[in-house]
Amino acid sequence: MKKVVVVGNGMVGYKFCEKLRSKASSDKIELVVFGEEPIPAYDRVHLSEYFSERSSEKLSMAPKNWYMENDVTLHTGELVTSIDRENKKVITHHGHEELYDKLVLATGSSALVPPITGVDKAGVFVYRTIEDLDNIISYGKNVKSAAVLGGGLLGLEAGKALMDMGLETHIIEFAPKLMPRQLDDHGSATLRQTLESLGLQIHLNKNTKEIRGNGKLERLAFNDGGNLEVDMLVISCGIVPRDEMATTCGLNTGPRGGVIVDNQLLTNDPDIYAIGEVALYNNMIYGLVAPGYDMADVVVNQLADGGKKEFKGCDMSTKLKLIGVDVGSFGDALGETPEAKTIVFEDEQQGIYKRINLSADGKRLLGGILVGDASQYNMLWQIMDNELALPPAPEELILASRGDAGSDALGPLPDSAQVCSCENITKGDIVNAIKEGNLENVGQVKSCTKAGTGCGACSPMVADILNDTLKSMGKVVRKVLCEHFDYTRQELYDLIKIKNIKSYEDLLNTYGSGDGCEICKPAVASLMASIWNDLVTKQDTIQDTNDRYLANIQKGGSYSVVPRVPGGEITPDKLIVLGEVAKKYNLYSKITGGQRIDLFGAALEDLPKIWEELIDAGFESGHAYGKALRTVKSCVGSTWCRFGLHDSVSFAVEVENRYRGLRAPHKLKGAVSGCRRECAEAQSKDFGIIATELGWNLYVCGNGGANPQHAQLLAGDIDSETCIKYLDRFLIYYIRTAEPLNRTATWLNKMEGGLNHLKSVVIDDTLGICDELESDMQYMVDTYKCEWKEVVNDPKLRSKFSHFINSETGDPTQKFEEIRGQKIPAAW
Amino acid sequence: MDKKYQLPGNNFQKDLRMNIGEELINYETVSLEEVNTWFKVASIEDFPENGGACAVYRGLQIAIFNFSRRNEWYATQNLCPHKQQMILARGIIGSQKNEPKVACPYHKKAFSLKSGKNLNGNECDLATYPVKVESGYVYVGFKE
Repeated sequence: MKKVVVVGNGMVGYKFCEKLRSKASSDKIELVVFGEEPIPAYDRVHLSEYFSERSSEKLSMAPKNWYMENDVTLHTGELVTSIDRENKKVITHHGHEELYDKLVLATGSSALVPPITGVDKAGVFVYRTIEDLDNIISYGKNVKSAAVLGGGLLGLEAGKALMDMGLETHIIEFAPKLMPRQLDDHGSATLRQTLESLGLQIHLNKNTKEIRGNGKLERLAFNDGGNLEVDMLVISCGIVPRDEMATTCGLNTGPRGGVIVDNQLLTNDPDIYAIGEVALYNNMIYGLVAPGYDMADVVVNQLADGGKKEFKGCDMSTKLKLIGVDVGSFGDALGETPEAKTIVFEDEQQGIYKRINLSADGKRLLGGILVGDASQYNMLWQIMDNELALPPAPEELILASRGDAGSDALGPLPDSAQVCSCENITKGDIVNAIKEGNLENVGQVKSCTKAGTGCGACSPMVADILNDTLKSMGKVVRKVLCEHFDYTRQELYDLIKIKNIKSYEDLLNTYGSGDGCEICKPAVASLMASIWNDLVTKQDTIQDTNDRYLANIQKGGSYSVVPRVPGGEITPDKLIVLGEVAKKYNLYSKITGGQRIDLFGAALEDLPKIWEELIDAGFESGHAYGKALRTVKSCVGSTWCRFGLHDSVSFAVEVENRYRGLRAPHKLKGAVSGCRRECAEAQSKDFGIIATELGWNLYVCGNGGANPQHAQLLAGDIDSETCIKYLDRFLIYYIRTAEPLNRTATWLNKMEGGLNHLKSVVIDDTLGICDELESDMQYMVDTYKCEWKEVVNDPKLRSKFSHFINSETGDPTQKFEEIRGQKIPAAW
Repeated sequence: MDKKYQLPGNNFQKDLRMNIGEELINYETVSLEEVNTWFKVASIEDFPENGGACAVYRGLQIAIFNFSRRNEWYATQNLCPHKQQMILARGIIGSQKNEPKVACPYHKKAFSLKSGKNLNGNECDLATYPVKVESGYVYVGFKE
């Protein structure tokens, strides 16, 4: 048995372990890894996501137990300080010694910190590890402005993160252009223009002379005599290979750092390899992850299979989204090949710049640059990499819009074409996996082939290949409801409406098959409620339990009760009634996020009695149990508030009463704020209305929840009447066209054309359906009835609220405990 | 204070409903041949169409399903094995490739109404009981 020790647990170090274990189990090769960071390897490529997610787990390459399950001994937080080549062992800062047969250096790199006076002052950071990010986040909380030193890939990423923290952000670049390695002057200027329009301040040709300030950074002084007052500096000027212990043990290193390796990634010691950003191959450090993975692959091939794979250098092509701007650079991007011919497309208005470089004979694609629209990146890269023949008019490659060109261009792609460069997955690998594994969605393809799990740039192409393959297999890619209905939700909406179908059984008999299920029954119930507004309990057994019993089921089988409190405005008398009812039926009481009162722990058989009392006191159902309008939250508005511009409470009450009971593909929440201080948090709702000097701003398609998303401005400075009109149209359009259980934000995200399309439909009426949308809504408003009132007054409907069919008692197994003087259900 | 409303006591176990059926129940599948007691539950009209209702027999809670669309009746334990909740009678019924099933309202764990097998996970199977309908009444079979 061989023993392999890996120094470094970064992305490449981890990938080496993963690849090695897929080839050789622990009875063949013992594997020991040292990582100096306290947590196992994480994804540094997507480091900026840490600013929004704040979760190192999301970035993790594999959890700690992966190492255990795969018999990899991982020492985190342990730095290897020296290598004893004679005795073939490494020594860590704890004095721990580990013998090896083969040693793999995957120590990576650290941030290059230029020798500027004052670089040690507080407020100066590098951008490299999660620890760096934690420091930046905590320092950033107390400052207003920040600068990034370096306008390369990483620097711009860091700039985006700082901007997201709400800081005034500057980018300082020594060269006369951004991303000097990847972009030409024009591409760089286009990128600069777009970034500046987004609020990033960019300073080119700036040589930073000194970092000034009393103890902490206060301003930067440049060689040209200029100054920039700024509170924080993030350095991102490049990388330095971590080769210090290689140097001290006599391994050959380059004059500017990096352990020199041959095409087998061997150093001058035949038992020591170097891979990733510490390896200097052919006078080059590869600062990207894909070449690092390739290197890991080459070493694994030698160690596990005794193979003779060679590293042949690697393409430095890259595609990424910088602050929402697509940037791609591939092959010979700058057209440095002798006699290369160039085709350029530029659209200043939209901030798009595209350039492709052709061989002298015009037959081969050498490389290119895409700024502002990189949708053709994969297609172009494939044409270059596979040396495909160019079409007679190659300019069309960068003129064609995505969609029509994308797929067509993929057709002739050979199966050997590499799609995912991080994992080295070919088109053939993906097509085979889809066919053999009967895969049907991108998630399955990713987990099965690993394609798209590295940098993610190839994801759109993986999706295209999936769709093409499914089509070639004769599978139709359509989001049908379930096995019982071969229709989408929108198609069923139209069928129910046009064919005037009022019951689930009729629909199933006419357009479905089988006996239905827990997916199609509630979906159809919701559609019928949205179209006919009939009492849902008439078809009680197709409803989810909440809609069946008009209450929210909770742990233990009891239900909670939420009466409507429009706009969150409630009289003391009504508050007293809620308190009295809660006491009488022994209900746990809590204020909800939507400015209402939730009464928990009601027994099924008590629900009609509870509601009878609430209705007598003037309450109505709050539909908290339904995929329906919940609340329209409000701030107190101009009646009381010294800042208020309009009466937000009155408007919220009006809007909530208009849409009460409206059933939709998912729950709907709204809010009205009386001024731009936004105390009602309207921008986090499906629809949010904010008072302006001139009227209201209407925002749509926001939500909180697992993936919070701000609502977007649909129309500004409109009067109340227009606001209601747009809301009517917007809501019915959503109800008609969304997939089941998609909230408005998800619906908009999937909508082709996005907000612009939505505006064109509900404001400009480009589909000519606005009259219909408004009359549909008016029908819903006119036919509204309180569901609970209907049930309470109908003995037959009331009798359904019983736990047993053959006993009057409630469920004897329900158990409660106590917390802070109220009851809670026993834990499950 | 108005005496009509009862203050919640400190010990909620005093709740009237807590006095019956305290012990945990063991469900066990009964096959048609094993039945020696047919328990008369209720009249057919008392059951919802294409849905379930819960019956109690000597403290045992049984979910009975009137699958009228298929003209079939099924009975299973009312307890969902996933989180030990007395709930299955309130679940939506349907079919999966013609296998009749019920989905638990809590987390949509689905079980075959015929075999009791969990169809979408590794939950324990349900105990099932024979059902017969005679002169308008529904009976569930037990072995004593």
